[in-house]
Amino acid sequence: MKRPIKILIAKAGLDGHERGALVVAMGLRDAGMEVVYTGIRNTPEQIVQAAIQEDVNAIGLSSLSGGHAAQFARVMQLLKKAKVTEILVFAGGIIPDDDAKKFKKLGIQEVFGPGSSIASIVEFLKKNV
Amino acid sequence: MEVPGQFPYTRGIYPTGYRGKLWTMRQYAGFGTARETNQRYRYLLAQGQTGLSMAFDLPTQIGYDSDDALALGEVGRVGVAISSRADMEQVFAGIPLDQVSTSMTINATAPILLALYLVVAEEQGVPWAKLTGTVQNDILKEYIARGTYIFPPTPSLRLTADVVEFCAKKVPGWNTISVGGYHMREAGCTAAQEIAFTLADGITYIQTCRDRGLAVDDFAPRIAFFFNCHLNFFEEIAKFRAARRLWAHIMKKRFGAKNERSLMLRFHTQTAGSTLTAQQPDNNVVRTTLEALAAVLGGTQSLHTNAKDEALTLPTEESALLALRTQQIIAHESGVTAETDPLGGSRYVEALTDRLEREARGYLTKIDKMGGMLKAIESGYVYKEIYRSANEHQKAVESKAKIIVGVNEFTSEKLPQLKRQKIDAQLEPRRRRELAAMRKKRGSVDKQLAALEKAARGTENLMPVIVDCVRRQVTVGEICRVLRGVFGEHRASHSI
Repeated sequence: MKRPIKILIAKAGLDGHERGALVVAMGLRDAGMEVVYTGIRNTPEQIVQAAIQEDVNAIGLSSLSGGHAAQFARVMQLLKKAKVTEILVFAGGIIPDDDAKKFKKLGIQEVFGPGSSIASIVEFLKKNV
Repeated sequence: MEVPGQFPYTRGIYPTGYRGKLWTMRQYAGFGTARETNQRYRYLLAQGQTGLSMAFDLPTQIGYDSDDALALGEVGRVGVAISSRADMEQVFAGIPLDQVSTSMTINATAPILLALYLVVAEEQGVPWAKLTGTVQNDILKEYIARGTYIFPPTPSLRLTADVVEFCAKKVPGWNTISVGGYHMREAGCTAAQEIAFTLADGITYIQTCRDRGLAVDDFAPRIAFFFNCHLNFFEEIAKFRAARRLWAHIMKKRFGAKNERSLMLRFHTQTAGSTLTAQQPDNNVVRTTLEALAAVLGGTQSLHTNAKDEALTLPTEESALLALRTQQIIAHESGVTAETDPLGGSRYVEALTDRLEREARGYLTKIDKMGGMLKAIESGYVYKEIYRSANEHQKAVESKAKIIVGVNEFTSEKLPQLKRQKIDAQLEPRRRRELAAMRKKRGSVDKQLAALEKAARGTENLMPVIVDCVRRQVTVGEICRVLRGVFGEHRASHSI
């Protein structure tokens, strides 16, 4: 039997706004995926470690405080360092277009802004994982 | 029919409503450096704003100085960075503290930020007795929804009560707790849950202060509330009415309060950030207007109206001004201030008020059965209730059972072009240099930190020793490092 898609929804940095992350986590779970949620206030190191330990297919990074640029870049750097290539990374939250462009260059595959539907995230994951 | 200004205050706490006094227009602001925040405050005051509302960055809220490794990327982002006395002095440069009231959105580090404010007042020659303002100082909802906790609940509640007790004696005009439903509502809860969970937090604070021997009427009049105002127009108006009625009964029956002011639920309102959309941002002006009007018809004591660009970024000077103008138009042009509780007696609004009161009472009974709000929070019950509601809302939006203009219906292809507030990239390196220079010049503070640690290990009120620390330029991060050592740190364990 094929294993369901497994996702880590992660919040980096000090930001505690987790409605977005949780609604996505619950939505993906309700769509039949296996979802691990880190809770708030994680370092990039903790996120990458959790992703490897949990053997996930994808990491969804959430940010609403604007402090994401340094944190997300660090996650990508750590994944590269650990030679992890099979984990897809996507992001969501309040992320300005300029940052989104930079993230794509770093290897973050998609950025979901405010108002994105869960259906669009599910579709993206089914297509790309 | 109930009467405004009389128990149980369903129809408002003052008989004359806004004819006696308008609500305070209080826009939440603060970003980047102390200097930039000072400029924004002076600008807002010059535009007719009547109170300040201070936003702090996350490191300040969670007890890290701007030069801490954990602050990286977060300094000055969601509010102003305050690490030491010098920062606070700069924020209020040229703003006499006896002529403004200042509300600070600060919780885990509330005792420290209040101490900094008191020291700035000293510096300006303003007696503490003349200060008016608020510290949010509402740690319980941080464990549920907002996330800026540091310590476990028990020592946190000690700090909450320290502020209440200290102010009752030394800063009598200060509102010591602003018990907030705002953030739980933003996190997804319903109107009835917002009332219930907020009042349940309030009950816990009153009980905690009474347990240390304070008489309820000595401190309860200085505890205020902070609600959200959503788009369901009549339900929101009814929510404020139901909350006032319920609180008056709780204070009278459960706590035996005698002072009228202990029975009155006074509250600040902010329009709902979660109703704003990134798509078609001009629509947000309309949403905010409706929400602000509901808050006014519900009898709020102060109001923050959101700026139209807040689903995307911090507000610009222009959008912040439009938000303020929105409430000025309601206050001075709409005529709605002529009558107190103008919807009182409406069959629909009275029925909604009764329904919300009943539903909120149901939750309160359930929470009491669990052993109180602290237990309900620790068991994950409150958190799960809120996120269940958030999930239901999302499903309704996706199925279009709920229409959001510009998002799932009446959409346009054009993406928003908004000016974005840029935070200076040099801010963090500059803050690191400034703090290093300050520490060098200040010299050793070991003596102050040792006194703090000793006090924290005991049971005395920590406010005096914290005031003493910040007077000597001990930083927010240094104080919190000591307190973390004594109290430990809270770790959330929530699963979905």
